[in-house]
Amino acid sequence: MIGLSSYLTVAACLFSIGVIGLFLNRKNVITVLMCIELMLLAVNINFVAFSHFLQDLAGQIFVFFVLTVAASEVAVGLAILVVFYRNRRSINVDDINTLQG
Amino acid sequence: MLEAAFFYLFGGLAVVAALGVVVSRNTIHSVMFLIFCFFNASGLFFMLDAEFLGIILILIYVGAVMVMFMFVIMMLEVNFSRLREGFLQYLPVGGAIAVMLLIELIAAATSGVFSSKNASTVEHYGREVNNTMEIGKVLYTKYLLGFEIAAIILLVALVGAVVLTLRSRKDAKYQVISKQVKVRKEDRVRKVEM
Repeated sequence: MIGLSSYLTVAACLFSIGVIGLFLNRKNVITVLMCIELMLLAVNINFVAFSHFLQDLAGQIFVFFVLTVAASEVAVGLAILVVFYRNRRSINVDDINTLQG
Repeated sequence: MLEAAFFYLFGGLAVVAALGVVVSRNTIHSVMFLIFCFFNASGLFFMLDAEFLGIILILIYVGAVMVMFMFVIMMLEVNFSRLREGFLQYLPVGGAIAVMLLIELIAAATSGVFSSKNASTVEHYGREVNNTMEIGKVLYTKYLLGFEIAAIILLVALVGAVVLTLRSRKDAKYQVISKQVKVRKEDRVRKVEM
């Protein structure tokens, strides 16, 4: 029987894959952004699943807002990436060390 | 029965595509896998009676965000294979954290807290319920402030992305209207005695 826990399990798998992707591809900013998208998608699936099984539309409204913020985040992130590439000719995370952090 | 089959189809393909995003060598392939993952998640949304969000996911993510990813990858002339050096260096740490997280999340999801009698099985809405209209009714009344703030966030992101990437090139030729208007005949035409 497909219940709430089945959807939560799929979302948990997607979220964990996103986390492991962050660790494995930590040199490539584009893949890091994509892994963040994956984790946000997992959260969205949780929201929609709860919205369906609790019969409350608020979850879907919040998915709408999460989508908005994710889209703006990607837009600004990729713009910063393009500017960084123009200055350094590289998108390696290890090269982003001007602040000595 | 059919619902279970579709759930396993969409869910399984989404997880496989997500793995593809993480392990594929070529970044373009990662983008393609992510698009496939979004399509399957959209299928899951449709199964959860969230048709509006399913369509929105395809339109915004596949149609806009992932295309933007592709444009950026095309514009950057980067040797992506060099960025994969040390790919497995962090596998022990990352794998341990991810597996622990996965076990915890699945334990919480299947613990029975979320399978109480009112939440385990819910009837699907009939054809008379319009998901888009219901969302609109709530979004434009109860969540109007959030909707406006979301619009402002999008506007700020738009302006921010343009301002960040805009540059005035020194080597490019620009049209200066005032100079063009101010030009007189004596400046340009010279009478030559033959």
